[in-house]
Amino acid sequence: MDEIVIEAGRSGTQYWKDLWRYRELFYFLAWRDFLVRYKQTIIGIAWALVRPLLSMVVFTIVFGKIANLPSEGTAPYCILVYAAMLPWQFFSTALTESSNSLIANPNLVSKIYFPRLIVPVSAVITSFADFLISCAILVVMMGWYQFWPDWRLVSLPLFLALASGVAIGSGLWLCALNVKYRDFRYIVPFIVQFGLYVSPVGFSSSLVPDTWRLAYSLNPMVGVIDGFRWALLRGQAQLYWPGLLASVALTAMLCVSGIWYFRKVESSFADMI
Amino acid sequence: MSNWAISINNLGKRYRIRHETERPQYVALRDVIADRAKRLFRTPGSTRPTSEDFWALKNVSFEIKHGEMVGIIGRNGAGKSTLLKLLSRITEPTSGRIRLRGRVASLLEVGTGFHPELTGRENIFLNGAILGMTRAEIRQKFDEIVDFAEISNFLDTPVKRYSNGMYVRLAFAVAAHLEPEILLVDEVLAVGDAAFQRKCMGKMGQVAHQGRTILFVSHNMGAIETLTQRAVVLERGQVAFQGSTAEAIRTYVRLNSECVEVDVGSLARTGSERVRLRRVYAADEAGEPTNMVASGGPLKVVLEYDGDRDRACENVSFGISFHDAAGQTVAIHYTDYAGEPFAKLPVPGAVAFRLSELPLKTGRYYIGARVLVNGVEADWPRGNVGYFDVEVGDFYGNGRGFHSGIATFLLRGEWLVHEPSMSQREA
Repeated sequence: MDEIVIEAGRSGTQYWKDLWRYRELFYFLAWRDFLVRYKQTIIGIAWALVRPLLSMVVFTIVFGKIANLPSEGTAPYCILVYAAMLPWQFFSTALTESSNSLIANPNLVSKIYFPRLIVPVSAVITSFADFLISCAILVVMMGWYQFWPDWRLVSLPLFLALASGVAIGSGLWLCALNVKYRDFRYIVPFIVQFGLYVSPVGFSSSLVPDTWRLAYSLNPMVGVIDGFRWALLRGQAQLYWPGLLASVALTAMLCVSGIWYFRKVESSFADMI
Repeated sequence: MSNWAISINNLGKRYRIRHETERPQYVALRDVIADRAKRLFRTPGSTRPTSEDFWALKNVSFEIKHGEMVGIIGRNGAGKSTLLKLLSRITEPTSGRIRLRGRVASLLEVGTGFHPELTGRENIFLNGAILGMTRAEIRQKFDEIVDFAEISNFLDTPVKRYSNGMYVRLAFAVAAHLEPEILLVDEVLAVGDAAFQRKCMGKMGQVAHQGRTILFVSHNMGAIETLTQRAVVLERGQVAFQGSTAEAIRTYVRLNSECVEVDVGSLARTGSERVRLRRVYAADEAGEPTNMVASGGPLKVVLEYDGDRDRACENVSFGISFHDAAGQTVAIHYTDYAGEPFAKLPVPGAVAFRLSELPLKTGRYYIGARVLVNGVEADWPRGNVGYFDVEVGDFYGNGRGFHSGIATFLLRGEWLVHEPSMSQREA
């Protein structure tokens, strides 16, 4: 029978074993959030489609028609926007939900034990489910314009992984910080709103002057969005390699440091929440 | 190699309490200005906080063997819930060490993780997963859980439509089917009606017999007495006693008795007042005033009196009565029932009635008192002149506490096999 020792400052390897033992909780918490979101609504899951669709329409009109910004090559502007909308909505929902996840479940933190890492990560998983549903619209749009992706599509899972990394890394940081400093509850919506215009969602990142391109890529979502566009737009979008590498490095750092910080303050969550 | 399941060594937990205290008044104008300027940068209503160390638990050490069922009792704030939180790994100790052998499941709250929008069925899976069961386990026990909770008709309605009783039954049903080696239970039986509580106690007893180690925190001395063999008494974060449950309860009672007395002098009364009652209180063996006595234990009722003349008095008869919480008179006893013990009594003075084994069940009893001199009423204060609470105790002397539930008196007698008489047999 395994023996568990509980002492100040020691949790170590036991934690990762527990994470494996409680792995089903990832599914259950994500499932719960997903179900609850659409209970007692009339159109139910269709909400997952309406949001990105409407945003795409607005952006196409504002940036494409009114501002008359150029698209990438021959790609229709709305597909350009939607290809960016998908990962962006995934990231913004994931960030918002995961940063609030612990605060919204105080009794899970104070009354029961399981590795707390599961909570923000399951919020990201729920957002991923929404993402998959929104992909349906992209398929419809591509059918409408007869603009199907080419071989580059196989790289999509990689960019998806990158997007998940950004979401999880920043989500963990904000989630942990939010428990102690409730200011972050107000900072997160601001980041998301600001980021929507700063990131190349409504426009193409090739519009950014070359001297600023690398600095621009410090926003990890730039790399993700560029990658998505490269994979989906049949070669009409160019990939800026230095920017992509910067994104990958940044994302890795974000994830590792996020996990480190979260673990560091985790033992005090129950006392602070 | 000892057979322990839980080993706690010098455990301590410290919390830092922040006080938002008022600053002292400033006299120097310079200080007042500086203070005002600093206040501009603070959020409204806050003043400089100070922090204080609060040790919720300190130097707690004890061991629990496999298969033991141990109660943790103590006043509110003694540190019981903190102890369970530490054992459940919800929070980290500040000092000391805990060693656990076996899978731990804790029941600190009923219905943790229940979401009101989800149906009963969905919540069973969710709650089960949160408590540590795998999906396969839950599916296997699903029918048992639904039977125990008696909600098979309502499985597919959202839990927010359940009555409180149904909610609590469902939550406990899931938790009751956990199969850990070590189970920590924190006062969850305090919710629910009597039928539900009986069911829960039954289930807990069953679980105990399966050889699991159980740590049970409760204020319900009856439950502690029935379910546990050993108990630990916590007082202000430290272990005040650990040992047999009956002794632990006595310690707890002793630590918590501050006597609340009625102001007898101010009560409306009748009588000649040749002898006047001044104080009436229940006391322990040593004569210390107390409000708590154990069933089966010794009880003294002390009557302090004075009189209108400071002169010894003859032919004084004292009477006391006990009334239960419903107002029924449970017992009356006068000094002359069993013969007259006092020839002459000094005035002022005090007398006491001593019972060596209180045959009353648990509950609160109110005391009435009356004095007669020469057969004429001297003093009869109306209403209750005092009260005492009877806690579970070892009336039958077999190491097990007893609480009969409804009946007031505990009888002492013997059971034997009865041989019918000759005439009955022939008939």
